[in-house]
Amino acid sequence: MAQVTLFGFWPSPFVYRVIWALKLKGVDYEYVEEDMLYNKSDRLLKYNPVHKKVPVLVHAGKPIAESAVILEYIEETWPQNPLLPKDPHGRALARFWTKFGEDKIPALFGFFMTEGEQQVTATKEGQEQLRILEEQGLGDKKFFGGDEIGMADLEFGWLAWWLEVLSEVAGVKVIEAESFPRLYAWIQRFKEFPTIKETLPDRSAMLTYFKGRRATFLALAAS
Amino acid sequence: MADVVILLDAYASVFGMRVRVALAEKGIKYEYREEDLRNKSQLLLKMNPVHKKIPVLIHNGKPVCESLIIVHYIDEVWKDKAPLLPSDPYQRAQARFWADFIDKKLYDAQKKIWTAKGEEQETAKKEFIEALKVLEGELGGKPYFMGERFGFLDIALITFYSWFHTYETLGNFSIEAECPKLISWAKRCMQKESVSKSLPDPKKVYEYILEMKKKLGVE
Repeated sequence: MAQVTLFGFWPSPFVYRVIWALKLKGVDYEYVEEDMLYNKSDRLLKYNPVHKKVPVLVHAGKPIAESAVILEYIEETWPQNPLLPKDPHGRALARFWTKFGEDKIPALFGFFMTEGEQQVTATKEGQEQLRILEEQGLGDKKFFGGDEIGMADLEFGWLAWWLEVLSEVAGVKVIEAESFPRLYAWIQRFKEFPTIKETLPDRSAMLTYFKGRRATFLALAAS
Repeated sequence: MADVVILLDAYASVFGMRVRVALAEKGIKYEYREEDLRNKSQLLLKMNPVHKKIPVLIHNGKPVCESLIIVHYIDEVWKDKAPLLPSDPYQRAQARFWADFIDKKLYDAQKKIWTAKGEEQETAKKEFIEALKVLEGELGGKPYFMGERFGFLDIALITFYSWFHTYETLGNFSIEAECPKLISWAKRCMQKESVSKSLPDPKKVYEYILEMKKKLGVE
């Protein structure tokens, strides 16, 4: 089997989406940790000259960038344990919610990048999007993908692990059991799912890292 | 049972045009419904409650939203005719990557060309041309982006061509002077009926934008 290499950065939920997809499908891969803040490798810059970001998947020497594009590639190349349903309309819906997750990143992360009055507004905006996600995206399903984890679950996986850390660092509660009962229940199911549970970054390391990031963002905003 | 296909669209939308081209490539019969974006129909609000935007493809009563997702859907449902995406997974990944690049880099830059003035507009023009040049580099010497056959990535980009006259007039620059190979590619695409019949007259687009600017108060 041709070599699979994933260039990543341990605190990145975009990278973890790809790791989860590879693990759920039982694909062996080599992981290369990139120093995204201070010292990106020559190989990364060669493989992703356009955006210079991670994740980048290299399969048989050929690079693919952008987590959503990588997930589609993984799905097509290793069809076992599918992340997308077979029917075209179901696939369109999974892709719709995955894109929703991408497009709403500024709104969803706003609470983490702001403080004071701005943070109150930003948190509300993020929660509005989460309300739409819970009511129309998840509904009464076990996972976004239905009975099994699918592409949209991987897109929103950060809500199940990163959000708690970001909330603690930023000093706001974004999702609570009372305010978002279905999303909250999905969070518990997702992070207890065996493959996912074994594949999460260390919580205390995340706390340290994101405390540093928030300090940087706030300093930049103030300057 | 015959398929019932309805497209909720707005004639000047580069996103709506993508769906028109895809439907035309596959020879699919559909009903086109023009939406007044300042007075959206009940049907649009019901079929796309999350974003309330066009285009929306309604196939046998079920909605599909987001232009590139719709193009994927069309390719998957009507898979026996004129494939829009290549069959090789790596080629498909490349097509998706560059379509994402277009939606990220090109879209924001082009908007500021017709809404902004002065410094902001100059910066937007630079970013727009830079993005086009990167795409031109990707095209290389090929007739179409993925090779010999017109497809997904051509569809993603060609619709912006109907707006070039608007950008050039409002931004006072020539896209052909900066990206001659890309203009050759565009003219090649325009020779296809599926494209020429799906794109509006650039002059009409320009008039429409002038109206929009008046209404938005950004003259």
